[in-house]
Amino acid sequence: MAHSRINNDLLRPLFQTTWRFYLLVGLFGTVVLIALVAWLSQAYFGFGITGIRWPIYWGFYVTNFVFWIGISHAGTLISAILRLVDAGWRRPVTRCAEVITVFALMIGAMFPIIHLGRPWQAFWLIPYPSERLIWPNFRSPLVWDFFAINTYLTGSVLFLFLPMIPDFAVVRDKATGLRKKIYGVLALGWRGTPKQWNRLESAMSIMAVAIIPVAVSVHTIVSFDFSMAPVPMWHTTIFGPYFVAGAIFSGIAALLIAMAVLRRFLHLQEYLLPIHFQNLGKLLLVMALLWGYFVFNERLVTYYGNDPSEMAVFWRTQRESFAPLYWTMVVGNFVLPVVLMGIKYFRTITGCVIASLGVIVGMWLERFLIIVPSLGHKYLPYSYATYRPQPVEITIAIATFAAMTLLYVLFAKFVPIISIWELKAGDPTDRFGHSHSAAVRPVLMDRPRD
Amino acid sequence: MKAIYGLYGDGMSAQQAVNRLRANGVADRAIVVMSAQPMEDFEFGHMDSRTRIWWIACLGGVLGMATAFGLAWITEVSWPINVGGLPTFAWWPNLIIIFELTMLGAILATVVTLFVTAGLGRRPSFYDPAVSDGKILVGIANPPEASVAALESALGAIHGAQVKTI
Repeated sequence: MAHSRINNDLLRPLFQTTWRFYLLVGLFGTVVLIALVAWLSQAYFGFGITGIRWPIYWGFYVTNFVFWIGISHAGTLISAILRLVDAGWRRPVTRCAEVITVFALMIGAMFPIIHLGRPWQAFWLIPYPSERLIWPNFRSPLVWDFFAINTYLTGSVLFLFLPMIPDFAVVRDKATGLRKKIYGVLALGWRGTPKQWNRLESAMSIMAVAIIPVAVSVHTIVSFDFSMAPVPMWHTTIFGPYFVAGAIFSGIAALLIAMAVLRRFLHLQEYLLPIHFQNLGKLLLVMALLWGYFVFNERLVTYYGNDPSEMAVFWRTQRESFAPLYWTMVVGNFVLPVVLMGIKYFRTITGCVIASLGVIVGMWLERFLIIVPSLGHKYLPYSYATYRPQPVEITIAIATFAAMTLLYVLFAKFVPIISIWELKAGDPTDRFGHSHSAAVRPVLMDRPRD
Repeated sequence: MKAIYGLYGDGMSAQQAVNRLRANGVADRAIVVMSAQPMEDFEFGHMDSRTRIWWIACLGGVLGMATAFGLAWITEVSWPINVGGLPTFAWWPNLIIIFELTMLGAILATVVTLFVTAGLGRRPSFYDPAVSDGKILVGIANPPEASVAALESALGAIHGAQVKTI
C-alpha cells in the first residue's frame, strides 16, 4: 500500500471532524459530568449515601478498581508479547491496545481515591514525619498496589508515547498553522535517521522485556489485596495467576470491541482485517478455557476441603442469593466465548464482539462475586450482612465506561489510532520498490563496495 | 550552502546513493539518511547502530533497586509497626517494592538514553517533509563548496532521484 494512501487513511480522523465526533463527546461527556456531580455529592454528604457499610467496605468501587486494572492488561502486555515475538499481524493492533491500557489504568487508579471518604486527605498515605503520630504501614498490600500501578502506568504511557513520535512527525509534515506547531513540539525534532530508528527499536525491545513482568506483577499484587486477608474464599494461593489470567482475558475482550468500533466508525476496513479478529478470537478462546480451568481448581479445592465458612460463601454464589449473577458470569466468561470462538463459523467480527461483550459483563461480575459474598459472610454470624449499591455507586460505575469511551474517542481524534510507521515497515514492497523480490534482501545486508 | 540531498523512491536507490557518496570520499558519519520507516533490510539502515542502551537500562534497574531498598529500609525502621509478627524489615513483602522500582529504573533509564542518544528534542539541521510521503532522503549537511558539483552529480546519477540544495 502506498505511503500517501496510508497517510491519508490514517490521518483523516485528525483533519476531518464530523458531527459524530461532537455527538459522542457530548453524550459521553455528559455521563462523566453526572458522575462527577455524584462523586462531589458523596464527598459533601459523606459515605452514608453509598451502600458501603460494615462489614462490606468493598463494594462497587473496589469491583470497578479490580475490573479496570484487569482491562488494562489488554494493551501493553499483549503488544509487548507480540513485539517480542515479532508477530507481523500486530502492526495495526498494537496502538489500539496500548491506549486501552493507559486509559483503563487511569480510570482504575481513580477508585482508591473515590473510595476514600475524605479524598482531600489522601496525602496521609505519603511517608513523611507526621505530627499526627499515625504512621502508614509500608508492608500493606495497598502500598504494593501504589508502586505496582504507578510503575505500570508510567511504563505504559512511555510504551505508548515512544512509537507515537514518528507518527507525530508525519502529522507535523502534513498539518498547517497551530496544529503544525503543536505536533512539531510533540515530534521532538524526529527526522527518521537510521540512528533514531535503531535507538527507538532498541528502546521498545527493552520496554517490552520490562513491561511484561510488570504487567503480570500488577494483577498478581491486586490479587494480594484479597489473598493476604483471612477471609473465606480469599486466602488462596491460586489468586495470583487466576487474576492475571482473568485480566488478560477481559483485556482481549475490550480490545476486540474497541477494534470493531474503530473499524466501523473510522472506516479502517483495509487495516483492521478479519484475520486480526480471528487471531485475537483464538486468544480469547484460549483465555476462556484457562479461566474455566482456574475456576474449576478454585471451586473443587474449596468443595473438597469442606471448610464451613468457605462452604457458606460457596453455596451463596452457586445456588443461593448470588446464584443468578454467578451463572450469568459462567455463561459470559465460558459458555459464550467457547462456543463462539471455538466454532470457526462463528469466529467472525460480529461473533468476536458478542463473545467479548459477554466476557466484559462476566469479568465485572466475577470481580463483584469475589468481593461481596465473602465480605458479607465471614466466620461468625454477627458479621453477616447484605450489600445494596446506591445510585451514587451505580452512576459512577456506569460513568467509567463512558469515561473510557470518551477518552478513546478524543485520543483517536488527535493521534493516529494505528501506528503509521509500523504499518509502512510491514510492507516490504514500499521499501524495495516493486521490481525487487524478497530473494535479493540478504545480498543487501553486505556492505556494497563500488 | 546548508545541505545537499537527494530524495529516492525505494531502499535500493537510497543504498546506491549512499554508496556513491562513499565513493566520493564522504565519511559515513557525514552522510545523513532519513526515512519514514526503519530500513533494516539495507546496509545504510544499520549505520551508527552500536548502542549501550541495554547496559544503561541495567544500570537504571540497579539504581531503582537500590532506591527501593533504601526507601523500604528507612520507612520501616523509622516507623516500626508490628504487622502480623513480621520482622521490622521483612524481605518477602519488600521484594515486591524492590522489583517494581527496579523495573521503573530500567524503563526510565531506557527512555532518557533514547532521548539523549537519538537527539530528540533538538532542532534538526535540515529536513524535507517528502520523507513522510515515503521518500528516502540521502544527503550531507554543510558540504564543502568545492565538492558540491561532484556530490550533486553523484546523488543525481540514480534513476528517479530528486536532488535539492538548501
